[in-house]
Amino acid sequence: MHMADALISPTVGFTMMSVTAGVAAYSIKKIQSDMDEKKIPMMGVLGAFIFAAQMINFTIPATGSSGHLGGGMILTALLGPYAGFLAMASILLIQALFFGDGGLLAYGCNVFNMGFYTCFIAYPYIYKLITRKGLNSHNIFIASMISAVIGLQLGAFSVVLETLFSGKTELPFGTFVMLMQPIHLAIGIVEGLVTASIINFVWKARPELLEKVAASESFGTLYLNKILKGFLVAAVIVGGGLSWFASVNPDGLEWSMQKVAGTTELSTSDEMHQIFSIIQEKTALLPDYNFKGTEEKTVSENENTWPSVNIGTTVSGLLGGAMTFALAGLIGLIVNLIKRREDVSASK
Amino acid sequence: MTNLTSALYNIRLLDDLAKKNTPIHALHPLVKLLTTVIYLAVVMSFGRYEISNLLPFIFFPLFVTLFAELPLMPIVHRLLVVLPLIIGIGILNPIIDNHTVTILGANFSRGWITFLSLSIKCILSVTVGIILIATTGIDRLAVAMRMLKIPKIFVLQLLLTYRYITVLMEEFLRMSQAYSLRAPEQKGISKHNWGSFAGQLILRTFDRADRVYQAMLLRGFSMEYNVGRIEKANFKDFAYLTGWCLFFVIARIYNLSLFLDSLISGVVK
Amino acid sequence: MSHHKVEVRNLHFSYPDGHEALKDISFTIVHGESVGIIGVNGAGKSTILMLLMGILFPDSGEVLIGDVHLTKKTLPMIRQRVGMVFQNPDDQLFMTNIYDDVAFGPRNYKLDEKEVESRVMGALELVGISELKNRAPFRLSGGEKRAASIACVLSMQPDILIMDEPTSALDPKARRRVIGLLNSFTHTKIITSHDLDLVLETCQRVIVVKNGKITADGATNEILTNSELLDSCGLELPLSIQDCPICSSSKTSKK
Repeated sequence: MHMADALISPTVGFTMMSVTAGVAAYSIKKIQSDMDEKKIPMMGVLGAFIFAAQMINFTIPATGSSGHLGGGMILTALLGPYAGFLAMASILLIQALFFGDGGLLAYGCNVFNMGFYTCFIAYPYIYKLITRKGLNSHNIFIASMISAVIGLQLGAFSVVLETLFSGKTELPFGTFVMLMQPIHLAIGIVEGLVTASIINFVWKARPELLEKVAASESFGTLYLNKILKGFLVAAVIVGGGLSWFASVNPDGLEWSMQKVAGTTELSTSDEMHQIFSIIQEKTALLPDYNFKGTEEKTVSENENTWPSVNIGTTVSGLLGGAMTFALAGLIGLIVNLIKRREDVSASK
Repeated sequence: MTNLTSALYNIRLLDDLAKKNTPIHALHPLVKLLTTVIYLAVVMSFGRYEISNLLPFIFFPLFVTLFAELPLMPIVHRLLVVLPLIIGIGILNPIIDNHTVTILGANFSRGWITFLSLSIKCILSVTVGIILIATTGIDRLAVAMRMLKIPKIFVLQLLLTYRYITVLMEEFLRMSQAYSLRAPEQKGISKHNWGSFAGQLILRTFDRADRVYQAMLLRGFSMEYNVGRIEKANFKDFAYLTGWCLFFVIARIYNLSLFLDSLISGVVK
Repeated sequence: MSHHKVEVRNLHFSYPDGHEALKDISFTIVHGESVGIIGVNGAGKSTILMLLMGILFPDSGEVLIGDVHLTKKTLPMIRQRVGMVFQNPDDQLFMTNIYDDVAFGPRNYKLDEKEVESRVMGALELVGISELKNRAPFRLSGGEKRAASIACVLSMQPDILIMDEPTSALDPKARRRVIGLLNSFTHTKIITSHDLDLVLETCQRVIVVKNGKITADGATNEILTNSELLDSCGLELPLSIQDCPICSSSKTSKK
């Protein structure tokens, strides 16, 4: 469920980046103040563990296929929410840089989707609640199961929202949700089973590891207050500000573009309509019913602007594009030739 | 298991590439990071129906790849792994959005345009990401992160994670090899052994973390991560950054493909 | 030169699970001496090393390095003087390239970058791997990793070197190089190993540990040729002085 750079708009990307940075900064502060110093290497090594464990296939019973681990819950259960969140952030950064899983622009989204919900929602409010009376293999199983599923569901829903707000695909809200949630329910169940069996094993072999974490953060410490407050403030300021500007006053943005660029040919209006329609849809009481109406409306609005502005540019754009490609290829060839000649002369 | 091997191979390859000695590699890491982020932001700011506007942006990864002497195949390989996910989501566009448009006499669903636009963006973004790490390397990138005031703890922890990925992967690989040798008919690890298999690994991991931490303490570690020398950005670095940014801005505002098109047709006339 | 001395008095140590690892250990190692600590797996060798380095603290008894008592307060100073090479080099090489790994210690002691560089290059040269300085640790062979981990410790310019199984998992040539390296150091050395031939070649004195107690402490030539003693401690004669397996000719002197 890594979000790719291609699916998000800069607004969404930078908003989520700043939100994530806020949560991370808070986590670092928490860790610095009350951490036993051994946690740093522990975070590093556990992060690496999860990274490598994600590549092991676990056979899913009765299906003949296999799935793998996300690992957010294991990190939180063994490191606590703050260190767990940071460890997850490292893993995702390495995946983005080295494997192209998610990208730099989408990094904030990904850390939030995969780290925030498990560490700061599922862990304190589900896992901790279920295991508050002490750990045993039964409640570890239930706690990991439910929190893994819920964590993933929230993450998946977040993916849907971020994608829609970015307006890069045509998927309507309802369809997208119907696609994402059930898939992630299945993934979540596997994740939960694997998480449960690993935590159970660790608990049996080295109970002190789990008890130490459990003791350091007693249930009911309201992370939500501080973290969500910070989160909301950041989100409202950055995202709210930008998308309000874009949605309430689309002409305003266009106008400023015109001033800067001297042209209105930037087809940003589609994006704005998309955001606009989603905001409408979100505020509606019956989303699905209302959505169709607004969808049609936006589409018809688009029709007025889109072909007239873009059809011409697309046709000749294709020719221009082909030439761009040809030019790019030519440059590549020339540089390569020069390089080769240099190599030859150097070897002489 | 093949996943593990290929991931290991990929990490080592990128590490090796980052040690090359080219003008691009010699640039200041912060400059490269900033250029990449700005590039991504500009590319992603294009709307859903943009294709021709996006094409000139191929010049940035092209130039960097050429001057950094990066091999093409590993990048293409990475793209092949990542692209299907995007295609999976994007392919629904032509189905959902069936407004037809006529291009060169043929009818298309407008969804195809958004699909194509999405794919181009994906290719560009994944490519520049890989290029960044292949020309910079994680330690120099860590230096750049410190310059952006990202806290020491996070950077240190990132580097440790990175360092231990290869160590643990080797360990995992040995263990899964041992497992599969004794469980020839299984596709993965059977559910009876999930806990003990991964659990064993996690316990070993913990012990290892302990030993690493001891080794750090014995050499005077006190939560300070000392990166050592940090080179200063020079004129070349600024020129690189401003040069590309200028190009990005121009290509964002003017449709360069179109410009090229009219230029050439003007010459032909 | 008394600060190169290691003194251990009546050490007792139990692990949290109640296992009594060390019972009344005492010895003194003087400046320039090289001492091998031998014993079966679980005899308590590694526990002794960890107590010497202050990774663990004894239940009773004391450790003196030079004339300084090892306490939490004196730890930074003592760790600068005593360098320990771990059994598994992977535990010790945690940075992304060898140079930074070797520089890790000196940088932590806030030396300026010029001094760090000269120390790093000096240490790498000493172990003969200067050309590997920009390599990532996972790119090295077992022997190179071992050399690198020794360099990591040497760059701190310790007075006393402690090595845990310095030749484990090395091929014969790499093992030979490490032995040569060890013999070239003039530091006070403490080496634990099951490789008794290594001990024979590098140490003048041997301490035999069994069930957390010292059962013998004396000159290498005497202890490592005493097959009865070694046998009773779960060890055997070094291979180089065992009877030849092919012609059965005896190497131990039958005076």
